[in-house]
Amino acid sequence: MSLRLESVGYRYAGALEPALLDVDLALPDGAVVGVTGASESGKSTLCLVAAGLAPRAIGGRIRGHVILDGQAIDGWPMHRLAAEVSIGFQNPSTQLSGVTTTVFEEVAFGPMNLALPRGEIIDRTWEALAAVGLTELAERDPWRLSGGQQQLVAIAGLLAMHPRHLVLDEPTAQLDPAGTQLVADALLRLAEAGASILITEQKTDLLAAICSTVAVLQAGRIVVSGAAAEVLTEGLAELGVSAPAGVRLRSAAREAGLGEDAQHRLAQASAQ
Amino acid sequence: MAGRLQLSSESPGDRGLPQSIGRPGPSSFHRLNPLTKATLATTSAIAAVIMGGLIGPILVLAAAVVVPAAAAGVLRRLAVTSALLALPIALSAFLLNLFFFPGGQQVLLRIGPVVATAEGLAFALEILVRIMAISGAVTLFYLTTRAGDLVVDLERRGVSPRVAFVANASVQTVPAMVERASQITAAQRARGLDTEGSFLRRARGVVPIVGPVILGSIAEVEERTLALEARSFSRPGRRTLLWAPADSSLQAISRWALVAGVIGLVVARIAGILG
Repeated sequence: MSLRLESVGYRYAGALEPALLDVDLALPDGAVVGVTGASESGKSTLCLVAAGLAPRAIGGRIRGHVILDGQAIDGWPMHRLAAEVSIGFQNPSTQLSGVTTTVFEEVAFGPMNLALPRGEIIDRTWEALAAVGLTELAERDPWRLSGGQQQLVAIAGLLAMHPRHLVLDEPTAQLDPAGTQLVADALLRLAEAGASILITEQKTDLLAAICSTVAVLQAGRIVVSGAAAEVLTEGLAELGVSAPAGVRLRSAAREAGLGEDAQHRLAQASAQ
Repeated sequence: MAGRLQLSSESPGDRGLPQSIGRPGPSSFHRLNPLTKATLATTSAIAAVIMGGLIGPILVLAAAVVVPAAAAGVLRRLAVTSALLALPIALSAFLLNLFFFPGGQQVLLRIGPVVATAEGLAFALEILVRIMAISGAVTLFYLTTRAGDLVVDLERRGVSPRVAFVANASVQTVPAMVERASQITAAQRARGLDTEGSFLRRARGVVPIVGPVILGSIAEVEERTLALEARSFSRPGRRTLLWAPADSSLQAISRWALVAGVIGLVVARIAGILG
């Protein structure tokens, strides 16, 4: 029971160069897998491919296979796939449906489309709103919220669908630290219940906090992957990505000649 | 999902829908089913046009617009809004018919080569009343019905979710477009665009604002479509509605009666009974 990418390559329609090359990535149930990389390294494309939107909805050519629970998803219609894999994008305003006048209805939009019983939709919606700390804003107009609040609404809308597999493309780009923490907690709870989550981020602190494994993309290829603690090191800078603040702080402390104990305490304080 | 999912440490409890969703309107006219109000607006507008003379349309205006608007407590807003809505066309139609009515004999006023006749005035008044009835009927509907309510009601009656979505999106993305336009205006001003001063200067300033507003919306269509797909919008079959406006058999009978009445008027008109 998992989502797997096997030797996946992808080229956008009309593009000369492929955006992804030979990508192997496994998302076992209950795992939070992080992907990072510099801008234009292929993170967003990887999300579209993993969620089945590329090439199904946007065209282009794919090589290799996306395997969902042991089955290749090649011939699946989008609505069947959407019930299994949810995807969230960076820009919150394009993720609002545009047909709702309250935050509550916006979050309920996905479960309503799934034709779930009304009572279950209402319960799930309150639960998802509580998960991202938006219960108080349930009756507000989603278009009148800040970018960060809109992003939380979009994420709540995905959480309310109880996805078995969730793909998030830089979901916390517009969030403050408190909002990021709420999203991190909700994602960990979702994973604890058995969902697999793929998250791309430039904020490696978030990846360090919630991911079991991390892969780094460069020019469409995975160049490093492994346990989060092994990948999220000082060496990331060479790949155009900042290491987590704790790692950088520890390294600075080492260079300044502080002892092991002081380095450790600094790293701990940074993580908190 | 393998385990029991609990997204938040806070229990949702048995909270039901937030109060503002599907909240009944303030007056009994507001609380009528949206389809009933839409039927009333459409049939009264058609009736005002079909009926000949002055008395019929005035009665329609009074019975289907003024009285309900007073009952709903929106008469003042209705008068202002519908007057603004109808003013340009009403004024031009009134003046045109007053001064240029073909074959008018009884001269009321002569301004150079232009002559206002009594026959022209009578016809102009007839046109004016009809325009007021149409704009009043439409305005009454919009003042007493929330934008999405009719769409929800139609979807409950079996209209495809896609059709409902398009209808709803076209109304509800207006505030988003206005917001985007104001952001772009601010951004263009920051780069030296002059949007104040003479009419010509303002008009010149419109192009660098309207362009990005429209192009930006088009550019976002793909991501918006993908986001909708990801939320199972393309799933075939009916979707669950959280609420639907109340309806009654009395209202259903009234709607059919209104439609039958208008059909009767059309037949009478064709048969020459209404003159």
